[in-house]
Amino acid sequence: MRRRSFLQFSLLTSVVAAVRPVSATELALRGTGDLGLAVERATGSLLILDTSHRKALSRVEGLGDLSHASASFSRDERFAYIFGRDGGLTKVDLLGQVIANRIIQAGNSIGGAISDDGKLVAVSNYKPGGVKVFDAQTLEIVAEIPAVYGSGKRSKVVGLVDAPGRRFVFTLYDAGEIWLADFSASGPPRIEKYPGIGELPYDALITSDGRHYIAGLYGEDGLVHLDLWADKITPKRVLDGYGRGEKKLPVYKMPHLEGWALAGERFLLPAVGRYELLALDAATFKESGRVSVHGQPVFAVARPDGRHVWVNFAHPRNDTIQIVDVPSLKIIHEFQPGPAVLHMEFTPRGHEVWISVRDADRIDIYDTRTFEKRGEITARSPSGIFFTARAHRIGL
Amino acid sequence: MTCTLSNWLSHLSQAVVISLVVLPSSAYGLDAQREAELIHLVRQDCGSCHGMTLNGGLGRPLLPETLKDADSEAIAAIILGGVPGKPMPPWSGLLSEADAVWIAKKLKEGFPQ
Repeated sequence: MRRRSFLQFSLLTSVVAAVRPVSATELALRGTGDLGLAVERATGSLLILDTSHRKALSRVEGLGDLSHASASFSRDERFAYIFGRDGGLTKVDLLGQVIANRIIQAGNSIGGAISDDGKLVAVSNYKPGGVKVFDAQTLEIVAEIPAVYGSGKRSKVVGLVDAPGRRFVFTLYDAGEIWLADFSASGPPRIEKYPGIGELPYDALITSDGRHYIAGLYGEDGLVHLDLWADKITPKRVLDGYGRGEKKLPVYKMPHLEGWALAGERFLLPAVGRYELLALDAATFKESGRVSVHGQPVFAVARPDGRHVWVNFAHPRNDTIQIVDVPSLKIIHEFQPGPAVLHMEFTPRGHEVWISVRDADRIDIYDTRTFEKRGEITARSPSGIFFTARAHRIGL
Repeated sequence: MTCTLSNWLSHLSQAVVISLVVLPSSAYGLDAQREAELIHLVRQDCGSCHGMTLNGGLGRPLLPETLKDADSEAIAAIILGGVPGKPMPPWSGLLSEADAVWIAKKLKEGFPQ
């Protein structure tokens, strides 16, 4: 009897659902400012996330090899551009929860960026080495910039960011050069090249005011700084010899530079091959202190207000997060979310942080003031987490 | 798993005898659990530079066709010793010789998923 009434009930609901599908208007009547996505690196899929309700809305599949994937967002925060390892560039509709467009634009890629006017999407490629720029609407090619150096060799490209004025800045890993591509005029971009910056630059970032571009060097002790506000842009070496004379530890994972925001009056950034963060004075670009940490830092991400910096670590010490108080440069909290903590993303004003714990197949959500856990979401080997607020930040 | 090469060699004959009965792959001195750990490590952690499909990234591809001219001992030596001046680190602090030889042979055959 009970079973029969259940059947009747389910029949009834299915009829209701059939006559009343979710309309396009209802689908559109939803903001995207509290949405985001998590990359599921092993399965080529994404989870679309709702940060207000701390839940996953749906899974989008078929994005290829996402083993080092990142994302940029359209100005209206509806679409995400996903840059996959296999050269895939996928435009995902966060409202429709589907792939809107997808191309394979190269053999091997590392990252991308979107121009300040939201019209150009640039991708940095390892193979063939260079940058390709696409129409953000259609993904049709707009420009190709081969990273040719020396006697015609092509360099892998890293550290691609957008800069104000429809510009992109990127770094040639094999060549040791920084290039600035200016798309402000119609026609082909104007390219400025800054050669001889040092050995094996592995990543770079731009500050959130779009002024300072900083590349980390793997082959030398130091970083390279470009002041994009200068009348004549000249690469300058900063933190030169921060570890000179000391034996470096093996680097099991290259640190990432994205995420070091200005925290108060200093930047905190991961040192290569050292259990340390380096503090850089934001006015003078000289070292202003160091923080000893649990392992080799991978990400050192400032909470949006800049008071705290959250740090995760390279294999095999990657189960831990430490939190540094920026004014005092002291570690004020440490915890172990689980095996293989890969990435951290703050909500736009920093009240919560979402953490991917790859080998636990989980995303954990923490309160950034009490450090209490607020929730968790099941995900398959999650890596990067990206919230739509990135759409309105220079360099992301 | 921190056995040295000499340890590993001294136990090799014993391991081979056992392996004939129990598990052929333990000829490398590795049990099934360690092999699973190594597959995970190669796919996930080596994969940060070489790509999870081992198709290359900042590091070179590690596919059978790209490794066909390298012998597995040489590959194992690079895994353990790294490449000076390049980002490839020495993994000897985390991997034994037996681990490295097993990884090198599997890379040449086509690495398990």
